[in-house]
Amino acid sequence: MKRLYKVELATKLADRVYEYWISAPQVAQHARAGQFLILRLHEKGERIPLTISAVRGDAVRVIFMTVGKTTQELATLRAGDSIMDVAGPLGKPSEIASYGTCCVVGGGVGIASMPLIVEELKAAGNHVIGIIGARSADLLILEDELRGICDEVYITTDDGSKGVHGFAADVLKELLGERAIDRVWIIGPAIMMKVTSGVTAPYGVKTYVSLNPIMVDGTGMCGSCRVTVGGETKFACVDGPEFDAHQVDFAELMQRQRIYTGQEKVSLERFAEHQCRCGEGGDHHG
Amino acid sequence: MGDRPADIRIRDFEEVDTGLSPGEAIAEAERCIQCKKPLCVTGCPVCIDIPAFIHKVAEGDFRGAARALKEQNMLPAICGRVCPQETQCEGACVLGIKATPIRIGALERFVADWERQDGVELPKTARPTGKRVAVVGSGPAGLTAAADLARAGHTVTIFESLHEAGGVLTYGIPAFRLPEDVVRAEIDQVLDLGVRLKKNHLVGRSVSVDELLGYDAVFLATGAGLPAFMGIPGENYNGVYSANEFLTRVNLMHADAFPEFDTPVLHGGRVAVIGGGNVAMDAARVARRMGAKVFLVYRRREEDMPARKAEVLHAKEEGIEFLTCTNPTRILGEGGCVFGLECVEMSLCDLDASGRPSPEPIPGSEFTLDVDMVIQAIGTGPNPLLVSLIPGLERARRGNVIVDENGRTSIPHVYAGGDIATGAATVIEAMGSAKRAAAAINEMLSEE
Ligand SMILES: Cc1cc2nc3c(=O)[nH]c(=O)nc-3n(C[C@H](O)[C@H](O)[C@H](O)COP(=O)(O)OP(=O)(O)OC[C@H]3O[C@@H](n4cnc5c(N)ncnc54)[C@H](O)[C@@H]3O)c2cc1C
Ligand SMILES: Cc1cc2nc3c(=O)[nH]c(=O)nc-3n(C[C@H](O)[C@H](O)[C@H](O)COP(=O)(O)OP(=O)(O)OC[C@H]3O[C@@H](n4cnc5c(N)ncnc54)[C@H](O)[C@@H]3O)c2cc1C
Ligand code: SF4
Ligand code: SF4
Ligand code: FES
Repeated sequence: MKRLYKVELATKLADRVYEYWISAPQVAQHARAGQFLILRLHEKGERIPLTISAVRGDAVRVIFMTVGKTTQELATLRAGDSIMDVAGPLGKPSEIASYGTCCVVGGGVGIASMPLIVEELKAAGNHVIGIIGARSADLLILEDELRGICDEVYITTDDGSKGVHGFAADVLKELLGERAIDRVWIIGPAIMMKVTSGVTAPYGVKTYVSLNPIMVDGTGMCGSCRVTVGGETKFACVDGPEFDAHQVDFAELMQRQRIYTGQEKVSLERFAEHQCRCGEGGDHHG
Repeated sequence: MGDRPADIRIRDFEEVDTGLSPGEAIAEAERCIQCKKPLCVTGCPVCIDIPAFIHKVAEGDFRGAARALKEQNMLPAICGRVCPQETQCEGACVLGIKATPIRIGALERFVADWERQDGVELPKTARPTGKRVAVVGSGPAGLTAAADLARAGHTVTIFESLHEAGGVLTYGIPAFRLPEDVVRAEIDQVLDLGVRLKKNHLVGRSVSVDELLGYDAVFLATGAGLPAFMGIPGENYNGVYSANEFLTRVNLMHADAFPEFDTPVLHGGRVAVIGGGNVAMDAARVARRMGAKVFLVYRRREEDMPARKAEVLHAKEEGIEFLTCTNPTRILGEGGCVFGLECVEMSLCDLDASGRPSPEPIPGSEFTLDVDMVIQAIGTGPNPLLVSLIPGLERARRGNVIVDENGRTSIPHVYAGGDIATGAATVIEAMGSAKRAAAAINEMLSEE
């Protein structure tokens, strides 16, 4: 079995959150803000999409949270291991232009998508405000990196363990009340994107969300990723993943994210059992 | 030999048709009267010298038959299985006028299968020309053009966005019609001619248009990959699939073997498949093999179905229930899940542009089919992703690339063939157009 895409660096960032650098030249050379890749670990693996979080030479960075079988299995790989397939970059790049003041909001592992968007917005001459939110301080990722590239950074935690006690939406609302903001990006769990984009609607600020429906090919061939935007069916992998937040049918998206809940549980339990038997249940990351 | 019994075969994904024995093949080949002006060849888009290969079979010279086939067709085990022979070679066979035509497809398959067992012989390739050709897409069109261009001595690179080559042959047509190892073996033969395959490369994204146009010649064979949806209410409920998605999950990702394989697929108890083509038959028969009671809903009559005759017959044998002259109007669901398909019966009125009777709904004939899963197999359009990114590439209103009879596009060194040019068609038409384009590319490159 020929495995082609090498893991160059594997780091644990927080509880259940990992940062991986993977060598994938064809992805790295063309990746733009807002795009993702699809990887398949091995012959029997599922194709899963992950956002391209950063690029260095021929390697790309992904940051993921372990939620089911494939992400848990991915987290067992160490530097030097390989991944069978990595395809990308996929999806349309973010609509970057010179807007004025932009706000980029990340929730949880969605913060991973921010650096490339912020960098490109900065390069286009925008004043960029970053808002990062997580359940608690220990789940906040990329804080230093974002402080280095954003003009301003705000932090929120649900439990108040760091920054503003509350949600990213609260900070965004305050900012919108205080000054003119021309464009907003919101990336995070579907429910967080729904709630947070609700805040910008009354101000009529164009807001992008990065949708994460279940995908298979990621090239517009299967229709698994279809979402309803402005009453029309769109394929998130080719028409998006970024869409106008105020047009998105979030209820349908969340419904469709649950299609395989039952089978995902079976798969995960089987994997956990196998890990125990092989004595590989431990955590290899520092 | 022949078809495995329906009640046995619906329990697995093994091949339905077990093929001819050597004795049967020779006997069938001996029936051919070796016409001086063979009509059968006019029915084959890749112009196989049919009487010649059949003559070799009749003589028991299977190696010679294989060589004759490979002259024109590098994918004979595939074509022998999936060509709509009744409208191609066999439909033109002179014996068909009075009796049964020669079973050309079955003979072709026999020879190719024999060769795979006995040891494959590759056709010769010309001396390297130093010219670089990019082929986009590894379906039957891309593979065929790549083979012909490699044989002519050019350096050929195929780009494929998926993790496996083969296009529809790999992700669409199920194993019980076209086994995976047959497809892989014929793809490997093309690669063994020296063709490079770059998987996981979506041209337009992983390879820029500028890089692509930097090749000495380009052949676009990106297929008709974009699934159409009917646009009826309820289409985004969780139990509604495009045939492409359902078949890809099973054929490419092996979701039928979940949890051994990681990709899941829903198992419907009662499944409605909408459509009447090969794709619909395949989706219905896959759902059947996964244990469902399957209804095939088609708005015209059975005789109007565009599917291969053998597939319609096999589907019926396997217990698929046909609801013809029936059109779905709405998918019913609750909590995201499907519980029914609302349909209306159709009457057949005047002939439409395609020469088939055009269906009209009969008022008051609405009824609800009790199903928990719906698969739409109503056709596909050209995947716009790459072709819309190439400046100056002319496309027709429906999005397919405009080409002349030799596959030339509006850009001088860019050619196209297969479904991206013709709209959803057949494996053999895709291959035929690829051969003509490859010949034209060859001519262009040798003139430079
Ligand atoms: C464009 C895009 C970008 C994404 N970027 C990131 C990222 O940067 N970091 C990150 O942690 N996660 C990201 N995700 C989500 C990630 O793909 C899923 O968490 C992952 O597929 C889960 O796989 P699993 O086997 O571990 O879990 P499973 O147990 O299989 O599934 C858990 C949940 O993940 C979702 N999911 C499952 N399979 C898929 C699939 N094939 N495609 C999409 N979603 C699926 C479902 O909603 C499911 O309920 C992204 C998703 C999309 C569509
Ligand atoms: C389920 C099903 C059953 C069928 N049954 C039959 C049958 O029995 N007999 C028959 O004759 N025909 C059948 N057909 C039709 C036949 O398969 C097609 O006409 C034929 O495959 C078209 O070949 P192609 O090479 O043009 O494209 P495809 O086979 O569609 O291949 C195109 C390839 O290009 C790749 N690609 C697309 N865009 C890009 C890009 N930008 N970069 C890189 N790669 C890209 C795709 O991933 C794909 O692998 C069937 C079709 C389906 C869907
Ligand atoms: S390739 Fe297809 S059309 Fe041509 S002879 Fe073979 S089965 Fe017939
Ligand atoms: S038309 Fe029929 S009988 Fe005549 S050569 Fe062809 S296959 Fe043989
Ligand atoms: S993932 Fe298949 S069309 Fe988007």
